Amino acid sequence: MTPVKCSESEWRNLSGEFVALWTSAGQAYALFDKGLFSTAVLDGGYPALSPRYPGADWFERLARDLNGHTAHGLSPARTAIEHFRAPDGSAPWPEFSVPPGEEVHQIAVGPIHAGIIEPGHFRFSVHGERVLSLQARLGYSHKGTLALMRGKSPRLAARFAARISGDATVAHGIAFARAAEAALELPVPPRAAYLRAVMAEIERIANHAGDIGAIAGDAGFAFLDARMARHRENFCNAAYAAFGHRLMMDNVIPGGVAGDIKTAGADEILRALDALETELPALTRIFEDYASLQDRLVGTGIIPHALAEQYAAGGFVGRASGRANDARKSPGYAPYDALEVAVPIETDGDVAARIRIRLAELIESNRLIRQSLAQMPEGQIAAAPPSGSGMGLGVAESFRGPVWHWLTLEAGMITDIFIADASTLHWPLLEHAAATGIVADFPLVNKSINASYSGVDL
Amino acid sequence: MVWATLARHLLMRPPAAQAAEPAMAAAMAARLQQAGQHRLGRSLAIRHVAAGSCNGCELELRAIQNMIYDLTQYGLSFTASPRHADILLITGVAARNMAEAVRQAREAMPDPVLVIAIGDCAVDGGVFKGSPAITGGAESILPVDLLISGCPPAPAQIIEGLLALVEAHGVESLAKD
Ligand code: SF4
Repeated sequence: MTPVKCSESEWRNLSGEFVALWTSAGQAYALFDKGLFSTAVLDGGYPALSPRYPGADWFERLARDLNGHTAHGLSPARTAIEHFRAPDGSAPWPEFSVPPGEEVHQIAVGPIHAGIIEPGHFRFSVHGERVLSLQARLGYSHKGTLALMRGKSPRLAARFAARISGDATVAHGIAFARAAEAALELPVPPRAAYLRAVMAEIERIANHAGDIGAIAGDAGFAFLDARMARHRENFCNAAYAAFGHRLMMDNVIPGGVAGDIKTAGADEILRALDALETELPALTRIFEDYASLQDRLVGTGIIPHALAEQYAAGGFVGRASGRANDARKSPGYAPYDALEVAVPIETDGDVAARIRIRLAELIESNRLIRQSLAQMPEGQIAAAPPSGSGMGLGVAESFRGPVWHWLTLEAGMITDIFIADASTLHWPLLEHAAATGIVADFPLVNKSINASYSGVDL
Repeated sequence: MVWATLARHLLMRPPAAQAAEPAMAAAMAARLQQAGQHRLGRSLAIRHVAAGSCNGCELELRAIQNMIYDLTQYGLSFTASPRHADILLITGVAARNMAEAVRQAREAMPDPVLVIAIGDCAVDGGVFKGSPAITGGAESILPVDLLISGCPPAPAQIIEGLLALVEAHGVESLAKD
């Protein structure tokens, strides 16, 4: 693929839906719904897109901290990764802006959180119980992943793609593989595409089940938490039986998949699906019937449609705020074109709507897995990647939204790569959503969006 | 409305009970007996710190608390405050950005403290070994008592490791240290 080259003014006037931005040696790239655009990086700088597209802000900070490229027009206040630039190695805290008003004070949380969760710092400005603003400071999980992927073959680098965000290891594996396959014009055997879909939908169900339960648990409904965790466990076990790993890490490789599904594993998957199908109506009714639960979820953490549009929110976050986007349908990829994915949509944009979407997706993924297992073609499961050169872009719909991988290859080696997890656009939405409520609702709002830390810290 | 709900819940059949892998449960139980219940006379609290993981290890740490693995049956539980914790459990590569926070968490814990590194990343950096953004493994930040490898280690492995450490140290020796 070749990006559309833009002059500085064309770049500034790009229109459409902003998806991602990154820089590489000499070029800045912007991914819009309409395609990939690039402009020259001159003297280490390029024109910022964030004044027009607020979603670009985090990407521009990443480009600065990862590659040292300055976005002209980006407000320099916040770092994405390089918080520790003091010459003596100390880590001075930045000034967090405080909204005006008497009695406004700040609550600092993290980087270590109370639960079993990744690290990040949240700075709340509050007035009494009301949250006036939230600023998330991330980068604590920065592992230098992109740098480690350069200079490696796609097959070797796949191990890193699988660890961009462990909960979406399959989706990232698929997006990475598709980027490499696009660059090398390598067709994937049909059976491999189906196996990928089976794994991706198991991953979606496992995460949705775990998160739905965790939100209910936070609202005091331990029973729902326990039952949903049980279902998650069923799917992890089934994944182990079918693919040899509870999270199905490293089974997606450029060219196909590393291992075929084991017969006993397929049965285990069907058993997990049956168990979920049987109990889900009863669990869903608990969500619907208990006023004390609804009271915590309805109207909490609202992301209005316009805001979701502005940030091109994906996954259940977008779908709960009236956006129909799903990478499985558009741009679409095999085998989903043959499966007719039904995408649920809600318009309330609150925690309750995000849960309803995820409950609906449990049912749809259940159907997709059964259909994939039933119509899976026989044949090869992988093709060997040739040692070619080129540029490739790949996308996959993870449980939390689209994940994009972009790479360039020279003589079979990765020369550059960028990875945009859906979370990069969802973190700013969490900042907005948190500022619509009270401090005590934050855990619910946060879990209902569940942005990945590792996925943006890279 | 309320009555309808009530009636429905009364009529609803409880989900079929499911137990842990029988072999694993038996092995764990035997192990517990061997160690002698008296050793677990006091329960141990764990403070988890993610120091640059991919979040895969966190998923399995949450799984050890589900009804299948049920960590609390072994006298172990997670706590939010390091001040209440006996075990510091570290996941992740030891990202440079987390080194100071890990040290502060350790300092906030009352001695004696057992430190456990969970997952290949925390053992030695795992696949990220050699990255300039990390110092590579929990041991690069502070002394570690137990390494549990795996990417991520399965829940049964994590519990095995935790129990082994509790056995090796014995709760009395922990209390005396
Ligand atoms: S050991 Fe593996 S699963 Fe655990 S944090 Fe590291 S990469 Fe992720």
